[in-house]
Amino acid sequence: MKSFYGTELPNPLMLGTAQYPSPAILEQAFRQSGAGVATVSLRREGAGGGGQAFWQMIRDLDVHILPNTAGCHTVKEAVTTAHMAREVFGTPWIKLELIGHTDSLQPDVFQLVEAARILTEDGFQVFPYTTEDLIVGEHLLEAGCEVLMPWGAPIGSGRGLTNEYALRAMRAEFPEVPLVVDAGIGLPSHAAHAMELGYDAVLLNTAVARAGDPVLMARAMAQAVVAGRLAHEAGPIEARDMAEASTPVIGKAFL
Amino acid sequence: MKIVLNGTPREVRAANLAELLAECGFSGKVATAVNEDFVPAALRAGHGLSEGDRIEVLAPMQGG
Repeated sequence: MKSFYGTELPNPLMLGTAQYPSPAILEQAFRQSGAGVATVSLRREGAGGGGQAFWQMIRDLDVHILPNTAGCHTVKEAVTTAHMAREVFGTPWIKLELIGHTDSLQPDVFQLVEAARILTEDGFQVFPYTTEDLIVGEHLLEAGCEVLMPWGAPIGSGRGLTNEYALRAMRAEFPEVPLVVDAGIGLPSHAAHAMELGYDAVLLNTAVARAGDPVLMARAMAQAVVAGRLAHEAGPIEARDMAEASTPVIGKAFL
Repeated sequence: MKIVLNGTPREVRAANLAELLAECGFSGKVATAVNEDFVPAALRAGHGLSEGDRIEVLAPMQGG
C-alpha cells in the first residue's frame, strides 16, 4: 500500500464529516467505516462556540485530519484558508479545492496548480481535488504534490465513475503516485470500482452521510474498498464479447 | 470603533485582535483573518484594529 506523504493508512477509505443526521451517527459511522482519515473544514464560529464541540469529537476518533478549502474560488482565498486550517488543526495536510463552476463544482485546475505550488513551497502537503486530466496531473506533480485526487463525478452527485477510461489512463500514467478518487461515489460498487482500477483510496462523504442508515452504509463502504483492492491485486480477467464455457467440453457424455 | 465581525457590523472597544476575541467571547480553537489576510494566533495581540476592519473568526466544522 502506498503511503500519503509518508503516512500509511489503516485502510483505503477517507471519510467526510458533513451532512450526518446527528453527531452521534457521525461518530458511529466513522467507527464502523474504520476510515483512517477524516475531512473537515473551517467556518465562521458562532457566539456559542459550536465548532469546539465538533473538534473534540473528531479528536476522539483518533484519525488523521484532512482539512479542506471547500468553497474557495480564488488562489488567495484558498491559500489563506489553508494557513488558517494549518494553525487550527495542527497538520500540514490540506485538501485543496478550488471551485471553478458553481453547478458542477468542477475544479478550476489553472488556479489549482498555482495554489498547489504556493502551498507546497510553504511546507504544506497538498491533496489536490482535480479532474482526471493527465496534463493537469503532471503540472500538479511538478508543483510539488505527491498525491492526486481526481473526481469520479461531481461532488454529492452519487453517479460513480463517469469517466472510467480517463481514470484508468491516469492510473497507468502515474503508477507510483498515490491516487484517490474523490467525489461522486454513491454506492459501495462505485468505491469497489475505483479500487479495482488500482486506485489507492476513495474519499467520500454524501454517500454515507445521506444514506437511510449511515452507519450501515459506512460498513458497506468499508467492505467494498477492501473487496476492490483484493480484486485488483488478484488480477481480474479481461471482459470478452462472446461466451466461453467454463465446464469442460471434453468428457461430456454422448447422449 | 465600528468593525465587521464574521460579516456582521459591530461596535467594539478592543484595540487589537486578541482583545477583540476576548471581548466577543471567543475561546478554544479559532483562526483569524483581518481584511482577507491570515493573522496567526501569536501575532493577534500586536495586530491593532482600525475602523472598518473586516475580521473573520473561523472554527473547526464538518467538511467533505
